[in-house]
Amino acid sequence: MDTITKSSEKVTNKKNVKITGAEAVVKSLLEEGVSLIYGYPGGAIMPVYDEFFKYEKQLHHVLTRHEQGAVHAAQGYARVSDKVGVAIATSGPGATNLVTGIADAQIDSTPLVCITGQVGSHLLGSDAFQETDIISISTPVTKWNYQITKAEEIPEVMAKAFYIAKSGRPGPVLIDITKDAQFGELEFEYKKCEKVRSYKPVPEMEPGKIEEAAVLINKAERPFIVWGQGLTLGKAEKEFQDFIEKAGIPSASTLLGLSALPSDHELHVGMVGMHGNYAPNKLTNECDVLIAVGMRFDDRVTGNLATYAKQAKIVHFEIDPAEVDKNVKTDVAVLGNVKETLSAILPLIEKKQHKEWMQKFSDLYDIEYNQVIDGQINVSGDGLTMAETMIALNKETKGDAVIVSDVGQHQMVASRYSKFNHGRSKVTSGGLGTMGFALPAAIGAKMGAPEREVVAIIGDGGFQMNIQELGTILQTRVPVKIIVLNNQFLGMVRQWQELFFDGRYASTEMVNPDFVKISEGYGIKARRVTERKELAEAISEMMASKESYFLEVVVEMEENVFPMIPTGSSVSDIRLK
Amino acid sequence: MKVKKYTISVYSENNLGLLNKIATIFLKRHINIESLTVSSSEIEHVSRFIIVVEVTEEQVKKIIGQIEKQVEVIKAYYHTNEECIFLQSALFKIKSSLLFEERQIQNIIKNSNAQIVTVSPEFFVIEKSGRREEIDGLYNELAEYGIMQFVRSGRISVTKDEMKISELLKKQLN
Repeated sequence: MDTITKSSEKVTNKKNVKITGAEAVVKSLLEEGVSLIYGYPGGAIMPVYDEFFKYEKQLHHVLTRHEQGAVHAAQGYARVSDKVGVAIATSGPGATNLVTGIADAQIDSTPLVCITGQVGSHLLGSDAFQETDIISISTPVTKWNYQITKAEEIPEVMAKAFYIAKSGRPGPVLIDITKDAQFGELEFEYKKCEKVRSYKPVPEMEPGKIEEAAVLINKAERPFIVWGQGLTLGKAEKEFQDFIEKAGIPSASTLLGLSALPSDHELHVGMVGMHGNYAPNKLTNECDVLIAVGMRFDDRVTGNLATYAKQAKIVHFEIDPAEVDKNVKTDVAVLGNVKETLSAILPLIEKKQHKEWMQKFSDLYDIEYNQVIDGQINVSGDGLTMAETMIALNKETKGDAVIVSDVGQHQMVASRYSKFNHGRSKVTSGGLGTMGFALPAAIGAKMGAPEREVVAIIGDGGFQMNIQELGTILQTRVPVKIIVLNNQFLGMVRQWQELFFDGRYASTEMVNPDFVKISEGYGIKARRVTERKELAEAISEMMASKESYFLEVVVEMEENVFPMIPTGSSVSDIRLK
Repeated sequence: MKVKKYTISVYSENNLGLLNKIATIFLKRHINIESLTVSSSEIEHVSRFIIVVEVTEEQVKKIIGQIEKQVEVIKAYYHTNEECIFLQSALFKIKSSLLFEERQIQNIIKNSNAQIVTVSPEFFVIEKSGRREEIDGLYNELAEYGIMQFVRSGRISVTKDEMKISELLKKQLN
């Protein structure tokens, strides 16, 4: 008799004893070490849910209030825990409701396995009740997808799904299982996948390229590094720190790269991109060698490609060959996992300091501080600002919390002002920019790292896009902290309307409900702050709470986020006002 | 950069749905596929896609990168017309009466190296394989007399250089 799991209630399976496809799904999840799964039941996935009931001691299912909530929660869980997030839904609308989160996970390289139920295979293509062709729908937004129509396929396909989701550049995988495959029977034998014939997750490292890159870096007088999430995904934080410290290179983060290097590291010169810091954006167009590490030259980072770092030699450390030369033409591409390539280049790097060059970053930071930051954190007006809220939160969390932010002005402010001491502390929807992401993602993040404080920073718009997930908090009692920065506007769109559409605020002003009452209705302790004198104490009370806590901070209605690179402009044309 | 005709060869696992995944890559980038042929290759369970597009070299390189990202794709290549041997096939359905009434048609068939596939009392069918221009030439000549039906396949192609897919697969399995 083979033992399938190590749990107290042993799941055993004897060869030649048949189980259903639905049970095989659950056993496969257990084999992959999954203990938590987010989802929403429905007709076409009921056999699997019935097995969840049976296996509830080993596999905890979190019932979200919407499938989109489930997939974002799985994303939050995966991003902080370094595990594969799992979301499950029924066919048709259940499956399509997962699509936004899947697309989000694809562009932000988040490992997910999404399981959808499907109508019986004899009904496929007949426009049956709750049938959608989720394989076709999800093809452009998944790393891999597959429709299972026979129970016997389940163990092998599930193993393959987890391997593909997690290996190389991670991403979302969708497995669609017809109802007859869930009811069908098989002899369950599970073998973890270690190889797929046609799939090469990590390209081979080329020593010659490492040497070429080292020559360029050693020769550089004004080298500059932009790092991305690849550092976190490749678990290369230490190797990166060793590399920049030896080479003495000023380094800036992309939005998703935040927290891979401690915020107070002396070589950390801020964040690049549309609302990044003044110095790293400006000096991108003055460096002589630009070293991109685990980042993909997103258009929000590069601004106008025609003028992006044209004076510089470009070195690109990257795991995904398709990203090389996709947006920015590189001089040396170092393919491979950054943990290995950075380790390999370290002995070839000369120990250096670039004091004069670093001073330039410092001088430009002073300009940004005087013209932007000082006015946002040392506020003289009556209204509260988003920045001072983040500064007050930093004082309370001391840089140790996981900050999950939604999408909009508050996202940029939270990214600019949050302090991070540890990796995997910043979770946000970077590539897709999905409003409604943060509340469910924070639920997942807290479950993925229960020992850490998780604070969601959300705008009043994004909060209402998945507000129903307060119900998930009610049911699970997950002690997540929520700050809604309420300016009664869709702030980022309003800012653009002010700057580029002559102040015509078309459909961006919001009449909001009483968020405190709503939160209290869901059994969550809640408070509203409108005065500066209450802010620090309210945040302190929130962080001291052992339970979930909702804090609404009513901020200035028409505050703008600066610096800013207008769309289509050069990074060095970054505006301070 | 100059727009040119490129032949893309994709070796992939013979899996359901892969055609959709490959086609989506072109659709997403708004690139029109001029012709597409999928068939089994010289390796068991491995399919070969031949896709013809007119794009810049920079574009075709990026497409290759995206195609190779697909889990089931073993390897993708792109080639200029000079780097491969290629042809396509076409079938022409023509009224049988013309074969006897218009003697010139017999000359056209003979001179074009086309084959008569079948003859019935109502129609006959000619098959012609060759370069696109040769098929176009035959079409233009026959069009004068009237073509009942015409169909043309996508390009099929083999490269002058070796592709070493079997070696690649062996390496991947070890």
